[in-house]
Amino acid sequence: MTGWALAGLGAMLALAPLLPGVAAKTKALLTGRRGAPVWQLYRDLLRLWRKGAVYSTRTTWMFRLAPVAGVVTPLFATMLLPLDCRAAVVRFAGDFVAFAALLALGRFLLVLAALDTGSSFEGMGASRDAAFASLVEPALFLGFVVLALGTGQRSLSAMLGGDAGTLSWGAGAPSLAMVAVSLFFVLLAESSRVPVDDPATHLELTMIHEVAVLDHSGPDLALLLYGGALRMGLFAALPVGVLVSRAGLAGPLALGALLAGTVVVAAVVGVLESSMARLRLSRVPQFLVAASVLASLGVILQLLT
Amino acid sequence: MAHLADLLLLLVLLSGFLILGTTRLTTCIRGVAVQGGLLGLLPLALQPVPQWTAHTLGLAAGTILVKAIALPWFLTWAIREAAVRREVEPRVGYIASMALGIVAVAVASAVATRLPVPGEHPILLLATSLSCVIMGLLVLATRAKALIQVVGYLMLENGIYVFGLTSVDRVPFLVEIGVLLDIFVGVFIMGIVVFHINREFDSLDSARLTELKD
Repeated sequence: MTGWALAGLGAMLALAPLLPGVAAKTKALLTGRRGAPVWQLYRDLLRLWRKGAVYSTRTTWMFRLAPVAGVVTPLFATMLLPLDCRAAVVRFAGDFVAFAALLALGRFLLVLAALDTGSSFEGMGASRDAAFASLVEPALFLGFVVLALGTGQRSLSAMLGGDAGTLSWGAGAPSLAMVAVSLFFVLLAESSRVPVDDPATHLELTMIHEVAVLDHSGPDLALLLYGGALRMGLFAALPVGVLVSRAGLAGPLALGALLAGTVVVAAVVGVLESSMARLRLSRVPQFLVAASVLASLGVILQLLT
Repeated sequence: MAHLADLLLLLVLLSGFLILGTTRLTTCIRGVAVQGGLLGLLPLALQPVPQWTAHTLGLAAGTILVKAIALPWFLTWAIREAAVRREVEPRVGYIASMALGIVAVAVASAVATRLPVPGEHPILLLATSLSCVIMGLLVLATRAKALIQVVGYLMLENGIYVFGLTSVDRVPFLVEIGVLLDIFVGVFIMGIVVFHINREFDSLDSARLTELKD
């Protein structure tokens, strides 16, 4: 049991940098370009890792803490997810709160680091990042509420996997569909993708996540990029866990299905990015509230059935 | 069949949220057209195929014809002719509208579980009908433009139509066709009025109708 959970953790850690690559490749192919290979992020990470880091004399230890936290918090959050559909490495009742709290902590430290630089651009990015994150969190929690109501369980391992609390796809199907779409919106916001943020943009005035990490360089930037990929993997695994029923599969098969599912989600992100533009900044909250509305509709439907 | 009906009702609710959350007039009208089309399919989805009668088929065809094709076409025509600005310009913001919408659905669901309606009906049917009525009222109350108020009126009527489906076997066909005709005429008159308001006042803001003019 734990063996496959650990294997799942290892696979997620090793393969997460593929996901932004898959999204970028899909986008490139659909817009008629050849694009970078899907493993481009591995090369970037290696290149950045070999470089030295430059620190502004104005920055403090807070600035150096953020990249480490940016990797460690999603790593711990991954340990709470049942990747092999049996049980996570760590599980306890109410661990979905810990899952959200860990990711929020990572973001909080990143925001502090951005403010630590004293740059006005980074402050702007940090404030946007924090504002949008606060709108995403209700959607995430409402999604967890639906899963908890549907399964009667309170830990992520039992909600998304396990044999007892398999989600009923009969009567609960509409509410689960709502939650899956809502979680997909959460993924777009949390991993800074179109239509919330554009990972390819290079104009400081419109960037959100990219501008908050503007001063980080070398290994620090590598850690932040890797942490971002890991976050994307986590949030891609959530809708896959809700949509794909994997309870009947053996450990390795379930793990493979999940990883294949996350790649499909990344490709869908790429399709979305090539088909629509980033939303105007004042319209982004509307999009994020729509995610919460979908999730609350899921809660109501779950209560009705 | 029950699943299909549930899916249709869910899409009806989502189209309501689309109307509450959109910034564009044309999207509003498209949303209400989609809602009308879904409502037209609803009587077919509520009954298994062998039980279909001329009554259900006629109701479905009439609803789709009036609500999904004729009225949206007419509203689009009114926008084009009156050269209305394409933004919704709400009095209550989009986010607040959507939040109020979800409160409406919650209240409607709570009421629907307690409502004594004769016969066996999916609970979602009653919930959707009541939420459609409240959302329609919301649009009527919070949107300044006369044209969107017509959309709100249509949503309101859609809610009443869904409620009417609970007694589809007992209501004579003629009554329903009469109702459809009434809406058609009502919206037609509203459209003409909107057109004339715009020509007289150069604006469709209904708040300005209270100002006196010599």
